[in-house]
Parts: sequence; C-alpha cells; structure tokens
Amino acid sequence: MNLRTIAFNNLRRRKSRLAFLVAGLLLGVATVVTLLSLTEALTMEAEHKLDNFGANILITPRTEELSLTYGGITLGGVSVDAHEIVQSDLERISTIRNSRNIAAVAPKVLGGVKLGEARALLMGVDPEVEFHVKRWWTVNGAPLKGEHDLVAGSAAAHRLGLSLGAPVEIGGETFTLTGILQETGSQDDELLIAALPTAQRLLNKPGQVSLVEVAALCGDCPVEDMVNQISEVLPEVKVAAIQQVVRTRMHALEQFRAFSLGVAGVVVLVGALVVFVTMMGAVNERTREIGIFRALGFRRGHVIRLIMMEASWVSLLAGVLGYFGGMGATRLILPLLAEEHPHLVWNPLLAVGAIALALVVGMAASYYPALHASRLDPTEALRAL
Amino acid sequence: MAFIEISSLTKRYQGDADCVEALRGVDINVEEGSFLGVMGPSGSGKSTLLAILGGLCHPTAGSVKVDGIDLYALSGEKRADFRREYLGFVFQSFNLIPYLSALENVMLPLAVKAMPTAEKRERAAQVLARVGLSARAAHLPNQLSGGEQERVAIARALVNNPPLILADEPTGSLDTATAGEIMELLQQLHREGQTILMVTHNSENRAYFDCTLMLRDGRVESSDCRRPSLAAAS
Repeated sequence: MNLRTIAFNNLRRRKSRLAFLVAGLLLGVATVVTLLSLTEALTMEAEHKLDNFGANILITPRTEELSLTYGGITLGGVSVDAHEIVQSDLERISTIRNSRNIAAVAPKVLGGVKLGEARALLMGVDPEVEFHVKRWWTVNGAPLKGEHDLVAGSAAAHRLGLSLGAPVEIGGETFTLTGILQETGSQDDELLIAALPTAQRLLNKPGQVSLVEVAALCGDCPVEDMVNQISEVLPEVKVAAIQQVVRTRMHALEQFRAFSLGVAGVVVLVGALVVFVTMMGAVNERTREIGIFRALGFRRGHVIRLIMMEASWVSLLAGVLGYFGGMGATRLILPLLAEEHPHLVWNPLLAVGAIALALVVGMAASYYPALHASRLDPTEALRAL
Repeated sequence: MAFIEISSLTKRYQGDADCVEALRGVDINVEEGSFLGVMGPSGSGKSTLLAILGGLCHPTAGSVKVDGIDLYALSGEKRADFRREYLGFVFQSFNLIPYLSALENVMLPLAVKAMPTAEKRERAAQVLARVGLSARAAHLPNQLSGGEQERVAIARALVNNPPLILADEPTGSLDTATAGEIMELLQQLHREGQTILMVTHNSENRAYFDCTLMLRDGRVESSDCRRPSLAAAS
C-alpha cells in the first residue's frame, strides 16, 4: 500500500470518473492531432499541386546579348551568338541527382507563321506535359490530339477570325482548330499552339526548342539546388529559378501552417481550461477523502503527489487515446478536404508530441487543484470534527 | 507528568455577527492507559476538544501536550507526522475510503511509511483479525455492514500501534446491539493497555469509561472517575 496504490484504485474502481476526466483532455488532444495531421496532409497536397501548377525553373538558350544605349537612347539589343536548344540534350535532365523532384519538363519551340496575309506566333508543345503544367488553361473545344490539330489563344482566334472546327492554312498545310483557350490575360492569348514536331517542321527548326519550362517539386529541396544540377548537365543553356513563383508558393504554405498552428494553440488552451475545471471539480468532490488522508497523517506533499499521480495517468491515457482518435478523425475527414490522392501520414513525432502535450497540459492544469487540495483544513474537510 | 496535559485551552470562532467560544479555559490531565469519555449536549465543545487534541484545529489559547510533545509548537507538517505516529482516529461516519478494500483501508496510515508492502499487508491483516474481520478483508466498504465498517475504522486506527485512540461518536450511526459490540471491542483494547479518549452523547456508554468528563458551554462541568485516570479537570 502506497500512494500509487491509492491513486490506481481510485481510477480503477471509479471508472465513470476516470472516463469523465479522460474525455475532456482526450477531446483537446484529438482535436490538435486532427488539426496538425490534416495540416500536414493538406500541406503535402498543396505543395504537390503548387509544384505542378506552372513552372518554377526556366531553361533558355544562352545568348550574348549586347544592349546598346547612348545618350539616353536605347538602340535595342544585338545577339552576338544566338541558337536554339537541342531537344535531345534535354534527356540529360533526368540524370541529375534530384531527378525525382522533377514533376514535368515542358519544351517549347516558338516562331512566327503566316496565315494568308496575317502573321501569328506559333508555339509547338508536348500537349500532355504542357496542358498538365498549365492547369489554368481552359480549352473550349478539345485540346491537341493529332499532328494537324491547332489550339488558339482567345485573342489570336479573335484577331484571325478563327472559329472552332474551321480549317487553318499554315505553310501549305491544312490544320483543324480543335480548341480555343479561354482568356488567360497573358501572352498565351496571342498564341497558336500545335504539337511540337509539327511546329518544328513549320518553323524549320528540326530537333530544336526555344525554351523549356520545368516544374520542380520544391517541398524537400531548395529550387536553387535543382537549378545548379540542371546547369551542370546543360552548360550550354541558361537555367534560372522563377523566384517570384517559388517565393509566393512558400509564403502561401507558411501562412497555411501558421494559421493551423494558431488554431491548434487556441484548442490547447481551451483543453487546458477544461482539464483545470474538471480537476478542480474532482478535488472538491474528494474534500472529505482528502480530510481523511490529512487526519490520518498525510502531509500536504503526499496529497499533492497523490493528485498529480492520478493526473499523470489520466493525461497519459488521454494522450494515447487522443492520438489514435485524432488520426482516426483525420482518416475520415481527409477525403472530404483533399482533392486528389489524400495521403494520411503516420508521424511518430506527432504521437510523441501528442502524449507529451497531454501530460504537460494535464499536469499543469492539475497542479493548482492539487495545491488547493493539500491546503484544505482537515476539520472543515471532514465536517465531523 | 500526565500522558495528556491540556492547559487553559480556549477556542473562539469569529463569526460575522459575533464570536463563539467553543472552549473556555479547559484544563485536563489524562494518565496513560485510561479510557476517558467526554460527554455533553450539542455545542458543549466536545468535538472541538477532540479536534484540537488530534492536532487538527489550532486553539486560540492554551496548550496541548501528548507524551510531553507540545502539539501546537510543531509545524503543520510535523503535526501530520505526529497524527500518523501517535494517534488513531475513529470517526462517527466511519470515513472509510470507498474505492479501497477493508484491508487497504486498514493499511492507509502505512501508505506514506517507508516499509515493505508485505510487512504492511501482514500488519494490517493482523489488526483486521484482531477486530474479527479477516474474512472480509477483500470487501469494499459498501459491501460491509455498519458494524463491520466501524470495526475496519477501528483497525485502521490501530495499525500504527498509536499510543492514543481518539474516537468521535464511534457508535453514533449504529444500532444498539452493534454499538454494544463496538464498545466491547474498545474496552478490550483498553484492557490491553490502549489509551482511548471517546466523545459520545450516549449515556449508556458511561459504563465502559474509567472517567467521564461532562462539558457544557465550553467548560468542564463535572468529572466522574471510577478509577484514578483523570487529574485536575476544570
């Protein structure tokens, strides 16, 4: 018989009280675990989506451009040495150390073409990759499928008087306009878009591309690393990170995380308050019992240790159950919030953190009630003497 | 030197409207091995006397010495130690812990002692046997009768071999027959040398006491001794 026996038997034989004590803290822990694990899963999805939403690395031909200015008058640039990128060289990108972080490589060839008397900018793309990277493109009609399909930007279609399904003559070849892009507000509105081999043929640039957009998954490696690695395997081109894109994405994700942590913090505070009020109630219910302990010769320290021991076991139980409850709730909620590939991550650090949180909150919230219990006047507590 | 020396004991309770004097300058000396009964009407101060003697209630004035120890010269925590080592309490409402078995309730005063659990268990079992409840050791209080619960309370009071038992109306909640059994048990303990101070308002219990102290309005009205165990009561 020792304090541990008393504490254990109190919890064991008063199961309804134990359940009540555990419930308050369990709810708080489960909520925090749900919030944090949902945040982690949704952040991963957001990172994945953002990394696939548009490019964040640009590969362009290395040109020695001379910008001529004199007396405030700019005379334009003179390209001393300009050439396109060799398409077959792009295979080297798959050999870099972080090749698994590359979501998409989207080569493009650009050049001017004549449609009757009018001129237009033709862009040749890999349709599957390009439409995947440019998710904001919405096509009225159908995207590119065959060698003789064309998609036009909204402004280009309007300017050239093109309509869906209409035949389009370019370079002696007849193409079908299968789709018209909805207005994007960018230079894409001015484009005619064809399959890469078709455009290379029309522009007389066989096996060449004008620029390459790369979508890199920046979640666990800085985009600067990717830029350096690609530069090493393609020394003849210029590789640059689109800093604005990268920084905007990271900022959005950081704000998302900060918001979640803020909400989790509030939930923890409320949980602590619930535990405090519950423990004070439990101590007040045990006033007579504590009076007996004191009358039998328990010191104030013994009473505090007894209450804190019970609080630690209750907190431990609430932490473990709260973690599994929270993960279970996440499993149920995640498919409702995630748009694609909801992926629940079992993070051992979160488990340890949840239990530690329950212990810290439970014991901190129980300390004042324990102190209060130890200071009870035994005669008042017993009311019989 | 008497075993218990109570000198000029006064206890005042300050209320909102007035001041209540529960004890007014009480002097009592009790010899070791006595069975002393404290009687009186409600409000006479007998429970207050017991509380002060038990180190649970600070007197307004006066001193209490048990076995030469000035009780209220000790710190609060030292008084708790004193209660554990010197006193055995028997309460009117038994005051057993509802989630501990009879044996565990008896072991309660030993819970904060540095002693092997097996030794604690053995000592408690012996005391439980002494009060005739070995067969009920594993039962919870709500599975025991009133008399059995009182016996467990007495066993709990004895487990630490305290020099002094303080009993506050131990038969107050019991029927006549069971009350008689409890008084017989206390008398048996007294015959074995135990010093017992008991508060009661049941005049039938007077037959068991060496001395009966009558309190009225916080003062000792009279003392009636069959054996010389009480000295200089006032």
